Amino acid sequence: MFKATIKSLLSRKLRLVLSALAVVLGVMFVSGSFVLTDTLQRSFTDLFSSAFAGVDVSVSPKQEKGKQPEPLTPQAIADVKSVPGVASAVGDVQGSARPIGKNGKVITTSGSPRFGYNWTGTGQEKIRDGKAPQAENEVAVGGFLATTGGFRVGDNIALLTLEPKKTFKITGIYEYAGGRDSLGGELSVAFTEPVAQQLLLGKKDVFSGITVTAAQGTSDDALRDAVAAKLGSGYDVKTGAVLAKEQADQVNEGLKFFNYVLLGFAGIALFVGIFIILNTFSIIVAQRTRELALLRSMGASRGQVIGSVVLEALVIGLIASIVGLAAGIGIGALLAKIFSSVGGTNLQLAGIGVPMSAIISSFAVGMIVTVVAAVMPALRASRIAPVAAMREAATPDRPLTKITITGALVAAAGGASLAFGFNQASLPLIFGGILVAFVGVALLTPILSKPMVSLIGRLLSWSMPGLLGRRNSARNPRRTAITAAALMVGISLITGVSVVLTSATKSIEKLASGQLQTDLIISGEGQMEGQPATFPRDVLTKVEKTDGVKSAFGWSQDGVLQGEDQLFAVAVTDVTALKEMFALKPKSGDITPLRDDQIGLPEDLATEKNWAVGSTITLQLAKGEPRTYTVAFVWAKSQVLQGALVLPESASKEFRSDQIGQAFAQVRPGTNVADVQKRVEPLFADNPEITVQDRSGFVKQTTSQFDTVLLMIQILLALAILIAVLGVINTLALSVIERTRELGLLRAIGMRRAQVMRMITVESVVISVFGAVLGLAVGLALGVSTVQALKDQGISEIGFPWMTMVQYLVVAAFVGVVAAILPAIRAARLNVLDAIAYE
Amino acid sequence: MSASDGVAARAVDVWKSYGSGDAAVTALAGVSVDLEKSRFTAIMGPSGSGKSTLMHCLAGLDDVTRGEVWVGGTKVTGLKDRGLTELRRDKVGFIFQQFNLLPTLTAEENITLPLAIGGRKVDREWFDVVVDTVGLRDRLTHRPTQLSGGQQQRVACARALVSRPEVVFADEPTGNLDSQSGAEVLAFLQRSAREFGQTIVMVTHDPNAASYADRVIFLKDGNIVRELLSPSAEEVLDTMKHLDGVVVPHV
Ligand SMILES: Nc1ncnc2c1ncn2[C@@H]1O[C@H](COP(=O)(O)OP(=O)(O)OP(=O)(O)O)[C@@H](O)[C@H]1O
Ligand SMILES: [Mg+2]
Repeated sequence: MFKATIKSLLSRKLRLVLSALAVVLGVMFVSGSFVLTDTLQRSFTDLFSSAFAGVDVSVSPKQEKGKQPEPLTPQAIADVKSVPGVASAVGDVQGSARPIGKNGKVITTSGSPRFGYNWTGTGQEKIRDGKAPQAENEVAVGGFLATTGGFRVGDNIALLTLEPKKTFKITGIYEYAGGRDSLGGELSVAFTEPVAQQLLLGKKDVFSGITVTAAQGTSDDALRDAVAAKLGSGYDVKTGAVLAKEQADQVNEGLKFFNYVLLGFAGIALFVGIFIILNTFSIIVAQRTRELALLRSMGASRGQVIGSVVLEALVIGLIASIVGLAAGIGIGALLAKIFSSVGGTNLQLAGIGVPMSAIISSFAVGMIVTVVAAVMPALRASRIAPVAAMREAATPDRPLTKITITGALVAAAGGASLAFGFNQASLPLIFGGILVAFVGVALLTPILSKPMVSLIGRLLSWSMPGLLGRRNSARNPRRTAITAAALMVGISLITGVSVVLTSATKSIEKLASGQLQTDLIISGEGQMEGQPATFPRDVLTKVEKTDGVKSAFGWSQDGVLQGEDQLFAVAVTDVTALKEMFALKPKSGDITPLRDDQIGLPEDLATEKNWAVGSTITLQLAKGEPRTYTVAFVWAKSQVLQGALVLPESASKEFRSDQIGQAFAQVRPGTNVADVQKRVEPLFADNPEITVQDRSGFVKQTTSQFDTVLLMIQILLALAILIAVLGVINTLALSVIERTRELGLLRAIGMRRAQVMRMITVESVVISVFGAVLGLAVGLALGVSTVQALKDQGISEIGFPWMTMVQYLVVAAFVGVVAAILPAIRAARLNVLDAIAYE
Repeated sequence: MSASDGVAARAVDVWKSYGSGDAAVTALAGVSVDLEKSRFTAIMGPSGSGKSTLMHCLAGLDDVTRGEVWVGGTKVTGLKDRGLTELRRDKVGFIFQQFNLLPTLTAEENITLPLAIGGRKVDREWFDVVVDTVGLRDRLTHRPTQLSGGQQQRVACARALVSRPEVVFADEPTGNLDSQSGAEVLAFLQRSAREFGQTIVMVTHDPNAASYADRVIFLKDGNIVRELLSPSAEEVLDTMKHLDGVVVPHV
C-alpha cells in the first residue's frame, strides 16, 4: 500500500508538472512579448535620439493635408543663417533611393528605409574607406549597404531614384559613431548635392529640410522660436529632441500593435491551457474523492474543501508564473537578439529590461488562469456526499444532459455575439464571440465524443490492440472531450483563417478570369517607401508599339482631397482601353475619353456623395491649386475598379509622381501571351521593381502574401497546439496509471510490448483526430461566417482549403502518435507481476 | 533434457530469491517437480511459502534465479520477453484471484482475447464446448461489470481454456468467491481435466478446493514437503495441520 501511495503521489507530481507546463508556456508567451517589445521600443528610442544627435533645430516645409510639400529654396537657408544664435544651417536633400544588388535585383530591407541624401560633410557619419563623392557620377555608401550588397570602394552601384536605373562609382564607405554600419538597418547612399537634388527631389537647387545648430549659449527652444519667427508660416520648425521623440513614438506605436497581436496569441495559448489544467484538476479531485470525503465526514466544511483545492491551484499557478516569467525574459531577449542580428535590421539593442507590465501580467495571468481552471473541480469535490464517496471511490458516469444543454446555450450565445460583432464590425464582440463559442463547443464535445470516437476508432481498430485503444478512448467521454477540445481551438482558428484566405484567392481568381479582359498586367512589385514603384511614360508607349500588343493603357495614382475627404484617384492614359479591358458598363453618361476638366466616378461613390453626370467636384491634388471637374460618366458597380476616381491623363502632372504606376495590355487575337510577355519584359530592364505578368501570375502575386499570413498565424498558434499536445500526453499518462492492472493482465495473457504500445497509440490518435475533426468543423463554420460577413468587401466566393485541411488531419494523427510515445513506453515497460498487484 | 512425454510442465532445482545481500528473501529453494499432462494439481502451503512464486516462474511471468523451467517442449528459462510473451499467449492459461477481465470488452471478447491478440482464429466448436461447460451462453454479450464475481471467474476460466494451452495456472481462483460459486468454478476445472484432458495447476488455501484435485503438493519455505494423490478434504486439512512440524531439508 505504501508503495502504491508513493507511486500515485509521484504520478500526480508528473501530471502537475505537465499541466503547470501549460501555464508556464502561456505565461512565457505573455512576458516574452512584453520583454521583446519593451527592448525594441527602448532600442528605437535610442536609435532616433542618436540619429538626431547633431540636430539642434530642424526646418522642414509645412505639411498640408493632401498636398505635397513644396521643397525649400536656398533663400530659406540664407534666412535661417541670418538668425542670431545660429551656428550653422545646412540644407538637407533626402529622398528614396533603392540600390540594385550585384545579382541585378533590388536590395530590400525588412522595414528599414532606403534613401539617398546630399553629402555635406557636416553630418555625424564619417568616411571609413576612400573619400567623399565629388563628381556627378560618384557616391559614398553606408557601411551597412556595403556589407549587405558586397560593395567595395571603386565598385559600381546602380540606383533607382525618381529616375530609372542609373549607375555610379563608389568613392567612399562611411560609418557612424562607434564604428557602426548603420543606425537601424537603413540602406543609405550619399550623392553630391546637385545630383541629390535632381534625383531625389526632381529639381535643381531645392532642399527637403534645414539642419540648424545653435551657437554657444543659445538654447534649442530659443533657437527654434527665433528661426520660426524669422521664416514665418509655411515651415515646420522643431527641435532635434522633439523630432527624435516624434519618430520614436511612431515606430513604438507600431510595436505596441505588434505587442497586442502577440498578446492575443498568448491569450489563445492560455485559453487552451485552461482546458488542460481543468482536466488535470478534475482528475486529481476524482482520485482524491475518498480523501476529500474523509475530510468532509470528519467535519470539514465545503468551503474548506474548496479552499484546499484552490490553494493547491494557487501554489501551482505561482510556481508556473515564476518559471514562465523567467522563460519569457529569456525568449524575449533571444528574439530581440534575432531581430537585431538575423532580421537584417542592424539595430543596436538597448539592454534587455524587464518592464513592470511583464511581471504584473505574468503573475496575474498565471495565477488567475490556474485558479479559474481549478474552481469547477473544487466545487464538484465539495459537493461529494461523504458517505457515498467513502463507499465507492470510482467516479460513476454522470449523465451528460446538463452539460450538453449548457454547451448548446453557450455556443448559441457565442454565435450570436459573433454575428452581432460582424454586423457592427466590432472586433471585441467578434473575438469574444469566438471564445465563448469555443467554450460552448467544448461543453458539447462529451456528447459528440461517443459517436465521433467510435467512428474514428473504427478506422483504426482492425486489430485487437486497436480495438482496445478505441474502447479506452471512449471510456471517459468528458476527459477525452476536453483533451480534444483543447486541440480544437488552435486547429479551428487556423482553418478559419485558411477558409477566408482561400475564399479571397478564389474571388480574385474569378475576377481576373471573368471581368478582367487584359492579358498582361504591369505593376510595381516592391514598395518604394510607402508608394508603389512607377515607370516612365515613354516605356508605356514602347509597350503599345510592341509586336503582338493590340492595345495598352496605364495610369498614375495618388490620393486627392475633396473637402475633408481623402479619395483615391487614377489618371488614365486611355479611357476607351480602360472601358474595354475592365469591362466597364456605363450607369449614366458615356464612357469616352475625358477632357482635361472632366471626371468619371464609380456608382457607389456617386450614390454616397450624391453626385451625378454634370455635377461639379472640386479636388485638391498633391500639387498646385484646387481644380474643378465636371462628372462625365458614372460606371455601374464593378468588382475590378471600385472606389477610385478616373481623372484625365493631364491630372497626373499634379500628382506626387506623374510616372505610370500600373499598366494593362491586350494582345492581338491568336497571339501567344507568353511570347508577347517575353518581348515586353526587356522594356523594363531599367525598372527592376516593375514586373510584367499574365493574369495567373498577377493573381499569384496578389495572393502571395496570403501564404505568409497563414504561415505567421500557424507559427503563432503553434504554442497553443503544443499546449494541447501536452494535454493529450497528460490524459494518456493518466490512463496508463489508472489502467496499470489491466495492462498487467494483458501482458500476462500474452500481449506483446509492441501491441501494448499500439493500443496506447490508437487511443492517442483517436483523441487527436477527434480534436482535429472538431477543429476543422468549427473552423469551417468560423471561416464561412467571416466570408459571409465580408461579402461586401469583395470576397464574393467561398473556397475550402481541402488540401490544407487534410494536412491538418494528418498532422493531428502524427501529433497523436508523438504524444503517445512516452506513455506507451511507460506502459510497455510495466513489470507484469507488479502491475497485476498494483492498487 | 526436455520435458518427456506425459509431462506438461517441469521445474528442475528452481531457486528464486528477491533482493540481495542481507535483505535477500529466498522464495523458492531448489524446487523440482513434474506436472503430468491431463492432471488437476493443487498447490498448498502456508502464506509466504512460495506458491505464487512457483506458479509465476512456471508460467513465464517471472524469471528464476537458478534452475530450469520447462513448459511442454519449450525451455522457459532463458527466453527473452518476446519468447515469454508468446509462451504465455499460446502455451499457458492464467487465472488470477480477481481482476481477470478487461472492463471494456464483453464476456465473449474477453474469452477470445488471447486468440485475438495472437491473431489466431477461434475454433468455434471448442469455444461452444467451453462456453457451455462454464454455463455462460446467455451472458456472452455482457460486460464484466454486469456479471457476478463467480461468473467473472468462470469467464476467466473459459478464457484460459479456449486457446487449448499446455497448462492452465490458477492462483487462488476461488479466493474471492462464496462456497457456491467457488464450487461451480472448481467443478468446471475438474471437468476440463477429466473430460478434455486439460492440465491444470491451482494454488489454494482451501482444503475443500484441494480435494477436487488429482494431486496435492505441499510447499513450505520454498520447498516441496509433502504430496497427496486424490485426497479428501479431511486428509488435506490433516496434512496442513502437521506441516508445521515438518523440517525443511536445506541443501
Ligand atoms: N516482489 C517481491 N519482492 C520481494 N519479496 C517477495 C516478492 N514477491 C514475493 N516475495 C517473498 O517471497 C516469498 C514467497 O512469496 P509468495 O507470494 O510466493 O508466497 P505465497 O505462498 O503465494 O503466499 P500467499 O499464500 O500469501 O499468497 C514471501 O516471503 C514473499 O515475501
Ligand atoms: Mg500467493
